Amino acid sequence: MSAASVESERGGLASGLPSAKLEDLARQARGRIVEYSHRTGTPHLGSCLSCVDVLIALYFRSLRIDPSRPREEARDRFILSKGHAAPALYQVLALRGFYPAALLDEHAAEGTVFADHPPTPDRLPGIEAATGSLGHGLPMGVGMALSARIKRQGCRVFALLSDGECNEGAVWEAAMFAAAKQLGNLAVVVDFNKWQATGRSEEVMALRPLADKWRAFGWSACEVDGHSMDELVRQFSRLPDGAGKPMAVVAHTVKGKGVSFMEDDNNWHYRIPTVQEVAAAKKELGLPA
Amino acid sequence: MRNAFAEEITSLGADDPRVVLLSGDIGNRLFDEFKQRAQDRFYNCGVAEANMMGVAAGLALCGLRPVVYTITPFATTRCLEQIRVDVCYHKAPVLIVGTGAGLSYAQLGPTHHSCEDLAILRTLPGMTVLAPCDAMELRLCVRAALEHDGPVYLRIGKKGEPLVHQQAPEFSIGKAITVRAGTDVCMIGTGNIMPVLLEAADTLEERGVSARVESFHTVKPLDEERLHVLFEVFAMVAVAEEHSRIGGLAGGIAEWLARQECVTGRMLSFGTADEFMHEVGPQAWARRKYGLTAEDIATTVLERLGRPSRAIRQ
Repeated sequence: MSAASVESERGGLASGLPSAKLEDLARQARGRIVEYSHRTGTPHLGSCLSCVDVLIALYFRSLRIDPSRPREEARDRFILSKGHAAPALYQVLALRGFYPAALLDEHAAEGTVFADHPPTPDRLPGIEAATGSLGHGLPMGVGMALSARIKRQGCRVFALLSDGECNEGAVWEAAMFAAAKQLGNLAVVVDFNKWQATGRSEEVMALRPLADKWRAFGWSACEVDGHSMDELVRQFSRLPDGAGKPMAVVAHTVKGKGVSFMEDDNNWHYRIPTVQEVAAAKKELGLPA
Repeated sequence: MRNAFAEEITSLGADDPRVVLLSGDIGNRLFDEFKQRAQDRFYNCGVAEANMMGVAAGLALCGLRPVVYTITPFATTRCLEQIRVDVCYHKAPVLIVGTGAGLSYAQLGPTHHSCEDLAILRTLPGMTVLAPCDAMELRLCVRAALEHDGPVYLRIGKKGEPLVHQQAPEFSIGKAITVRAGTDVCMIGTGNIMPVLLEAADTLEERGVSARVESFHTVKPLDEERLHVLFEVFAMVAVAEEHSRIGGLAGGIAEWLARQECVTGRMLSFGTADEFMHEVGPQAWARRKYGLTAEDIATTVLERLGRPSRAIRQ
């Protein structure tokens, strides 16, 4: 599907795209992400592929946003706190119509705004916060959720964190503060792909029981299949929950999801695919060569 | 300065729906009136400064004007990356207020001293750095900072500092204030060292040396226009600050001087040494330790000017 045809369907988003359609979009996004990594030499492919379904579910079903008015004041906010998955966000924002996909195709090595981590909001429509150093997105999201309360706006804030990112102390500072302030309009989604840059996340830091940790910090928490559009959309629709608790969605995912030879292989945290690997990946994804 | 800050932020912020006051679990009674008047815009963020700074950036990105208040090291180095990334990179209009400037909390030990903050914060792109010399300048700084469309670091003392300005001077960010006219030597100060500099000027006057005194309340951006004039008029410019001699106001001026094509000049720098102060005492004692007294400054200035200095000690 071309970006243009996605664009023409934007009107149908309010009523909600069916899951099969979302899954199709996720396949498109994965194909583009793999191609982009090859073309631009951008790493973190495994981390991008593990969160594609979360991004598609949010941008095509859950977020109350209008790509033609990216700075609309009462919009929902999404922060990619795991900023190293920027290539995934870039593709999803393009698919959603924040900017033409051609902008990404024209990516030049020198002077591009498409860094390996998201730029500041003034540089690219759809970006809510520049991230890249882990542990920053959630506190900023807390500020945005707090702002909505102060301004009496109904908007919601979603922050996507990696499991490795949960090593950062600032995440838990933010968790305690959000719970104390009863920020029921705030959600964390943890892309729990069980890996961090150089090791199994559980072996580096004792993360488990991750959902219980969030509960112990005063959040409502649940665990979902992070590749199930139905489960993701259903859970996101529960925000805000009536109890005034921030919500943690621990999304069980597979690093490198969607391309068999990348799945659960942490080499793809840094590896760049070859021409042959791009072709093989696209074939697996059911995309034209 | 602390009380003046609380009064000013309350009078400016309590009725301004953009202003949100965040405190790192200090200043409990200080903001009672603000809390009373704007309950939904005061947050004690606890002992979690990294989060507090990120929250401030998030608020600012939504159009609010957060003011972050805590003891200087915790408002600066403790959460430096959040200041750099969340605040400065986003050009977020956050007002960061560090209380206990320089040696104000000398007695509390090196964890609470802040003699590196100007140097560190000054290097952050887009950051404005303010160090008012008294309660009057502080109030003017707060007003200007809340109108400034970008991040501001405001370094304030403790309480009970003497007033330098008897009435409100003309004020804008980046414009130095001439506190005392003089013709033989120029002394530039920033922040709470200013009363000491004025006393040093008195001492110099007694020795027949007329000293001009400038308050550089804005450490960044420097008042380059004023610097041009000062270096042109005076053979020697002395810079004093309750801060390390590395990277503060004197450092900034020296960097500026190095970039000039036609300006030359002699500089003197008064500040703290490159060390942690393991033995503590009152602020006045700490100033003596680092040669930051009126007599020390006057003596050194006289020596460098080639004038006899012994007489002043008589």
